[in-house]
Amino acid sequence: MAFNILGWMIFDIKRYAINDGPGIRVVVFFKGCNQHCTWCHNPEGISSGVEKLYTPAKCIGCGTCADVCPEQAITLAAGGIVTDAALCTVCGKCAEVCPTRAIEMSGTAMSVAEIMEIIEKERVFFDQSGGGVTFSGGEPLLHSRMLMELLDECGKRGIHRAVDTAGHVSTETLLEVARYTDLFLYDLKMMDAGLHEQWTGIGNEKILSNLKVLADTGTPVIIRIPLIGGVNDDEENIRQTAAFIVSLPGDSREVHLLPYHPIAKHKFTKLGKPDAFVLMEEPGRESIESVTGWFGEYGIRVRVGG
Amino acid sequence: MNDRIRKLRKLSVETQPSLSIERALHETAFYRENYGKYSTPVMRAMNFLDHCLKKNIYIGQDELIVGERGPAPKAVPTFPELTCHSVEDLHVLNTREMQRYTISQADIDAYDQKVIPYWKGRTQRERIFSHVPPEWKAAYEAGLFTEFMEQRAPGHTALDGKIYRKGMLDFKQEIAANMAALDYLNHPAATDKSEQWKAMDIACDAVIVFAERHAKLAEEMALKEPDPKRVEELKKIAKVCRRVPANAPRTFWEAIQMYWFVHLGTITELNGWDAMNPGHFDQHLTPFYEREIAAGTLTRDEAKELISCFWIKVNNHPAPPKVGITARESGTYNDFTNINIGGVKSDGSDGVSDVSYLMLEVIAELHILQPGNSVHISVKTPDEFLNAAVRLIRKGHGYPSVFNPDIYIREMLRQGKSLRDAREGGCSGCIEVGAFGKEAFLLTGYLNVPKILEITLNNGVDPVTGRVAGIETGDPRSFENFGMLYAAFLKQLNFVIDQKMRVSNYIDRMFAKYAPAPFLSVVIDDCISRGKDYYDGGPRYNTSYIQCCGLGTVTDSLAALKKHVFEEKKYSIEHLLMAVMNDFKGDEILRQTIRNRTPFFGNDDDYADSIAVKVYNDLVEAIDGKPNIKPGGKYHLNMLSTTCHVYFGKVMGATPNGRFAGKPISDGTSPSHGADTHGPSAVVKSLSKLDQVKSGGTLLNMRFLPGLLRKEEDVVKLGHLIRCYFTLGGHHVQFNIVDNATLLAAQACPEDYKDLLVRMAGYSDYFNDMNADLQQEVIERTEHDTF
Repeated sequence: MAFNILGWMIFDIKRYAINDGPGIRVVVFFKGCNQHCTWCHNPEGISSGVEKLYTPAKCIGCGTCADVCPEQAITLAAGGIVTDAALCTVCGKCAEVCPTRAIEMSGTAMSVAEIMEIIEKERVFFDQSGGGVTFSGGEPLLHSRMLMELLDECGKRGIHRAVDTAGHVSTETLLEVARYTDLFLYDLKMMDAGLHEQWTGIGNEKILSNLKVLADTGTPVIIRIPLIGGVNDDEENIRQTAAFIVSLPGDSREVHLLPYHPIAKHKFTKLGKPDAFVLMEEPGRESIESVTGWFGEYGIRVRVGG
Repeated sequence: MNDRIRKLRKLSVETQPSLSIERALHETAFYRENYGKYSTPVMRAMNFLDHCLKKNIYIGQDELIVGERGPAPKAVPTFPELTCHSVEDLHVLNTREMQRYTISQADIDAYDQKVIPYWKGRTQRERIFSHVPPEWKAAYEAGLFTEFMEQRAPGHTALDGKIYRKGMLDFKQEIAANMAALDYLNHPAATDKSEQWKAMDIACDAVIVFAERHAKLAEEMALKEPDPKRVEELKKIAKVCRRVPANAPRTFWEAIQMYWFVHLGTITELNGWDAMNPGHFDQHLTPFYEREIAAGTLTRDEAKELISCFWIKVNNHPAPPKVGITARESGTYNDFTNINIGGVKSDGSDGVSDVSYLMLEVIAELHILQPGNSVHISVKTPDEFLNAAVRLIRKGHGYPSVFNPDIYIREMLRQGKSLRDAREGGCSGCIEVGAFGKEAFLLTGYLNVPKILEITLNNGVDPVTGRVAGIETGDPRSFENFGMLYAAFLKQLNFVIDQKMRVSNYIDRMFAKYAPAPFLSVVIDDCISRGKDYYDGGPRYNTSYIQCCGLGTVTDSLAALKKHVFEEKKYSIEHLLMAVMNDFKGDEILRQTIRNRTPFFGNDDDYADSIAVKVYNDLVEAIDGKPNIKPGGKYHLNMLSTTCHVYFGKVMGATPNGRFAGKPISDGTSPSHGADTHGPSAVVKSLSKLDQVKSGGTLLNMRFLPGLLRKEEDVVKLGHLIRCYFTLGGHHVQFNIVDNATLLAAQACPEDYKDLLVRMAGYSDYFNDMNADLQQEVIERTEHDTF
């Protein structure tokens, strides 16, 4: 599970983030997700445990990793190394010694204090730009205890807090987190429950009802739609989405479209699961324009790219 | 861009730079005839006047602002009194692929027969090299530093607002009043001063004559011109040229032409580094602009057209080429006239006006190499102007660069300038600060700081040549800790800097004695009132800069030694030195470990940043405040590298930071290429740990993929990044929006491009972490600008 005696699993902390909320932000990525979207661009964020990443292009085949592996799980092969997953205990010793960082461990147990130290480094940029912190993932709400600690700490320090969620969590958790959150970036993938399940592994009933509940609280929400060609960029889905957004209380009438990009392909390779990568269709310029137009008919502003 | 500007731009861009021997022929004949008859300053002034009387005058079709240094656009004169090109130099310049200057065989022959024989043994360059001590020569030849003044005259000059209030006739009156008050009976320097003033007076006449010859030509052309519209323009040109520079300008047009004649005068008289610079040109032109707009005698479009004409004029003037060994190297046509836009006025208020915006528009439309341009963003500068500048940066032409007046004014106050003079100052050339119109702030040359570490690691010997280049500071194998290594480095550093200063001082005297600049002295305070030349302590302030290069490379190298050798003892110093000496051949594991497991400068990591701060502070200690030999004059440092980091890299072996032999060292105060992997905000934080007020300028180059400036919000956010850097005490930053060629290079050599980051919503990856397919994808997207 997400909880770990050493802290919580963080797989990345990104500075100068300019597409994840207002101003210049730090994004903290929590490891672990309860959806399995076919187009996932952070596949290393799905599992909540530590994972070994390996980038063959960086490997010089020096064998330093094989020498230190206590399980003898690593063997040298043409063009790099092969790790026997059955033997590997993801202890991370190989990553510690790899000269080129071809091997890296994804997932670091970090304490609130450690995370805050990094966040604080960017304070001047928040202050100047109206930025702050965005907690993302994975699904950050799966780590609500630590998330709330961090949100509370940021709040005390006057740092703007955004939470990037897909919304498939208990309503109580969501509402509790909302008390400490200044802005939600709320993913809305598609309106048809069956299709939603087909593409993400879960239905969308909870996601939709949670969004309604959240909007009722008056917490600012920006709805983000990963736009996948042939999956959710059709007129029917967009009109349904628009109608749903318009039905929400409050004046949240802005949608951010995040057009699909096969940029995560190499991450599946790094994870040792190249076959898990599914190439989706990128929405073309025309598709993005149509979607923008349909939303416009409902008085919803669209921004492309977050 | 209207039709006129389109044509002028086309001519300027498409004309191949050439060498003109006209000036050299005039000068050689004049020296043959007159050398020894006059005092040196008067001789120089008469030589200048003689050339202004004889030189070919050019007024191009469609031109409104007139005047060329050579006989035609992009025809560059030579300055044999400083450095005389050999026949071989001329052939190289005529045929080299990069930065070629064409010259005909007939001209080469004429140069060979008439110019070269006279100047042999008489040039400034020969004077300098006949003097230098062997220690200096050893260090110079090893590439530990360069010497600016062996190629060109000291320059880096910018003007304040005086020439918009006074004409040459006013300056002549001031000179006459000073001469009338001379006390030959009691003042021991009376004769020297009198010769200086005579020279300045002649120099004023020279530029007046130069302008009048343009007026005359314009009138003659008007008589033959069939197009009535052009006839009117030519008559107007004539009128303007009869008014300025003799008298102060009254109109926007006259103000620009005034500056241009003064500019041409200074760069014709001598060949000063970094040409000449109008300084805060928008601020100088604003009163004329506002007055005429209000009176209805000028429209915004007409003003823009005149500014465009001026811009193209500067572009018509490529830098004069160097001589000797460096002629084979590629250089640049850029002569580094750096127009300062925005900033603060001398009363401290915001200096942005509509003219500032006009200039940004002109820069965007013309897209030409020269003049360089920079925007100056103080706390008082409106965001609107900053964002307009960032939109221009986004175009990816590499300009404007961005400066922080709030810091550079403090830099100048620290150097002893008055508040008013500091505020009227700014940045000339690249990033160096000076009090415009009142200071000789001379760049003396670049210092190769990583090379100093290299010879320290070899006990004073240059490992590339095997020759002694410094002093013995101990066998590094005997160093027990990092402190001992650093102490040796510091000793070496001080030795090298002392060598450099010693010769720079000598060169300064040579210029004061043999190559004074009487015309430049007219327009720089307080040369007239002091009766002293620009090179001889005439200016109110006299600064010598040493430009220190490679802070990133030396910091990362020291960090690698500290961590892996002295602290973690992962590698012995013998092992590391051997690996460096072998250019890491057969030791890729060590090199990769260093590259990937050393805290490098630029990541907001105190381990490395504290080393950078120490090196920087020790450079300040070694240089700052040391007297140059002018009254009250001092040395200061700045952290400029221009393109010298490429040359410095070529003369170096591998370095302990994992850099291969011959590769460029880091530029300015930027992190080493690929060393910064935490994004631009971390870079800014690292840089801000340097107390930049103690410098005369630092330089930060940042590379951005176009995807980071896609949306209007991204523009605003980059503006915020700039504001933050400046709040934290940054002096300068410029952004290179990465083009496809760079991206392809990144694919070929990913480790040097680790700093290129991709930003997408909810996603992060460095460019270099992606596989080739995806990099290709990014490249294609850049091309189509749809990222």
